[in-house]
Amino acid sequence: MNRPASLSIALTGSGGAGVMTAGQTLLDAATSSGLYGLMTRSTGPQIRGGEAAAMIRLSSHPVQSHGDRFDILLALDFDNVERFAEELPLDSESLIVADPAAGEMPAFLKASGAAIGLVPMAQLAKSIAGSRISMVALGILARIIGLPESAVIAAVAESIGRKKPEALAASEKAVMAGSAAAPEVNVPKLALPHTPRAGRWSITGNEAAAFGALKGGVKFVAGYPITPATEILEWMAAALPQCGGVLVQAEDELASINMIIGASFGGAPSLTATAGPGLSLMTEAIGLAVASEIPLVIVDVMRSGPSTGIATKSEQSDLNIAVYGLHGDAPHVVTAPLSVADCLLTAQWSVHLAETLQTPVIMLSDQSLGQARVVIDRPGDLAFATQRLAPEAASVGYARYATTESGISAMSVPGFPGGQYTADGLTHNARGTPTSQAKDHVAQLDKRQRKLDSFDFGAHWAEIDGEGELAVLTWGSSTEPLREAIAEARAGGTDVKLIALRLIAPAQPGRLTAALAGVKRVIVLEQSHSGQFWRYLRAHYDLPKDAIPIHCPGPLPIRPGEILTYIQQGVPA
Amino acid sequence: MNMIPATAPAFKPADYKSSVKPVWCPGCGDHSVLLSFQRALAELALPPEQVAIVSGIGCSSRIPAYTNCYGFHGVHGRSLALASGLKVARPDLTVLVASGDGDGFSIGGNHLLHACRRNIDLTYIVMDNRIYGMTKGQPSPTTEPDWDTAISPGGTGLSPFHPLVIALASGANFIARGFAGNIGGCAKLIAEAVRTPGFSFVQILSPCVTFRPDQQRGWKDLVHPAAVPETDDPARAARRLMTDDGFNIGVLYRGKREPYQPAPKAYLAPSHLEAEFAL
Ligand SMILES: Cc1ncc(C[n+]2csc(CCOP(=O)(O)OP(=O)(O)O)c2C)c(N)n1
Ligand code: SF4
Ligand SMILES: [Mg+2]
Repeated sequence: MNRPASLSIALTGSGGAGVMTAGQTLLDAATSSGLYGLMTRSTGPQIRGGEAAAMIRLSSHPVQSHGDRFDILLALDFDNVERFAEELPLDSESLIVADPAAGEMPAFLKASGAAIGLVPMAQLAKSIAGSRISMVALGILARIIGLPESAVIAAVAESIGRKKPEALAASEKAVMAGSAAAPEVNVPKLALPHTPRAGRWSITGNEAAAFGALKGGVKFVAGYPITPATEILEWMAAALPQCGGVLVQAEDELASINMIIGASFGGAPSLTATAGPGLSLMTEAIGLAVASEIPLVIVDVMRSGPSTGIATKSEQSDLNIAVYGLHGDAPHVVTAPLSVADCLLTAQWSVHLAETLQTPVIMLSDQSLGQARVVIDRPGDLAFATQRLAPEAASVGYARYATTESGISAMSVPGFPGGQYTADGLTHNARGTPTSQAKDHVAQLDKRQRKLDSFDFGAHWAEIDGEGELAVLTWGSSTEPLREAIAEARAGGTDVKLIALRLIAPAQPGRLTAALAGVKRVIVLEQSHSGQFWRYLRAHYDLPKDAIPIHCPGPLPIRPGEILTYIQQGVPA
Repeated sequence: MNMIPATAPAFKPADYKSSVKPVWCPGCGDHSVLLSFQRALAELALPPEQVAIVSGIGCSSRIPAYTNCYGFHGVHGRSLALASGLKVARPDLTVLVASGDGDGFSIGGNHLLHACRRNIDLTYIVMDNRIYGMTKGQPSPTTEPDWDTAISPGGTGLSPFHPLVIALASGANFIARGFAGNIGGCAKLIAEAVRTPGFSFVQILSPCVTFRPDQQRGWKDLVHPAAVPETDDPARAARRLMTDDGFNIGVLYRGKREPYQPAPKAYLAPSHLEAEFAL
């Protein structure tokens, strides 16, 4: 695969070496020079202070996922660096920068065939009182990739604060020393666009999801901490009270889901965020929300499962539980953001859908989206005409669950005189009164299904791009690497159509059939071991005969190059 | 605590009654508890639409639909969580929670601890019949060790759980016990519980005539008014509750903890927070 117009840099080091801060500083420096970027983090199993890798991709164009390989690996030391071997593909065109004092270079690095530049980073840092090895490393990287040292120093000043002139002076010296000591190497330098970065955003997927939900009108959040979803709760804890809402830390996920049901029953658009283990605990109450028609948004930031799995790493393997996890016939909505930035739109849309359809919406984000930071152009503002249908005036015989044509019935909230009803998970009639009559059961099942069947989900249901006899169908976080592979294929003269579903459930067979017009061959791409998305599509959609699944589990990301190979050479049987 | 307007219209207990016919067995204590709810609400003169009654699953948990208030009959054991979310989001409402000994102390036990600890302004009424009524007679955490059932032949052999002690230790601000047979007395306890800010816990001994016929005959004779007046001293209350025979009726503890009520700080449009992301 040709080298894309981007540079991928990994910084590794043991706990306390300052890898993450240095990575963030590099991203800041690069983006202040007009570049776009992405940074993800990987850490060892230690809670604190273990080895860490900051993986950064810089580009003159927006990038929201990693490429196939790393151009540069800068290792501050070799402590446990082999833990990252699978995550850091290096090749003969890569460069490894290391410290000769770090000892024997680990075998996987030697075997990569990468060029090696040795710089006595620790010694240089030691020679400058008050400086840190990570600052020397930043100077080296700036020089190699062609970033002005001044940009790095400004970013350092931003991060350590201008109030500490001594620390700042030491860091500046260290950056310059690193730059001066940088090995002479042949790494292509990025063209710096020097476009002002004003107007761009730096945001993580979890922040984007939280902000989108807030824009969607969420006023109540309850949650229980869980990796990799906690940042949504933490961001909300500070932001929500500024915007007329509140957050409660619940005692467990059983409580958080029931708390948001209560708040939403009270009229507050409500949300919780969790990961697979928490979603599993919530399923009974999500069914209650379906039956009692309570709008809710549940954000599941997926991680590798089953069970505790790999808490810090991504996988698209909660699709089955999100779609099928509820007992009984329980129609609800499942959405999925297609990129880090898209977490904003999808969360805002999810609130809109929940409120409009009076049903729970499960939004399937994942670790690779939620915990990645991107520098992007400011997302456009979206406005959805979100409104819960409310009864117009107090009327005798108000029927909360009236079997209307659209299936949507007016929902009164406590305080509204004449609108009293008891929300119930028991099968009920139009007035909400429990019943075990077959006709009432069927009427309400029909009503709830009709809400979803008759609703026009509009253009947001999927992203569709390009034309071609071959289409790759995907969802969620697999979309960005696919986009990159398709761009590459097109550059090579192969037309490929991209279809990425933002709306997983309810299925939209009519829309997909239209999208597949003219398509003869389909590849279905996802990050799960068992092909959950593939099976779901096969159950609900008509795919062309020539349809092939590619499903690989996490935690390793699907790389654009792999996808390109499948596009160009077909999928091995 | 909700402020009751001085000029509140007069309400009669019947104003809180719905047209839904209870499913309870004739003679079940829960019929009387329902009447106590209605009397208490009338005494408090709360407009029915300002009141929400939240429950879980069990015979006792069927109460909400039998009133003319807003109600939520949720899933088994989670009523306190649901009610907590409702009250935090809607502090203007009066929120009562109805539960049973299985619903509240077994499957929902953890939520009880945390509801007491949080001390949200809720009134929690547990109809304790020391049995799982709805599922036809299995032992609950308050069932006597030698009570013979099909699932625990010869009895569980386990000492019963002491809900009021646990509530006190966990931080409940108001603790009382009533007997369903005394409708007026229970109504007064419920009204007092609603008036007292914070988390109020009222255990109502409510006989299950079907699976605990012994209660119907025995409890009437066993219950007695608490011998000493209520206390606001948790240490004294602890001693009293630890040594009480389980049939002391009345307000047993009333503390002075501030209720938990997180409130918004500002009402900005979300776009105001955008600056945080802008470079
Ligand atoms: C998750 C779940 N598990 C089990 C049940 C079955 N169930 C219904 S009511 C009940 C026990 C109710 O006992 P209690 O709370 O004491 O209420 P009572 O009927 O005695 O008033 C059980 C176990 C259920 N509804 N949901
Ligand atoms: S089974 Fe017991 S608790 Fe349930 S309604 Fe009958 S008497 Fe009441
Ligand atoms: Mg019981």
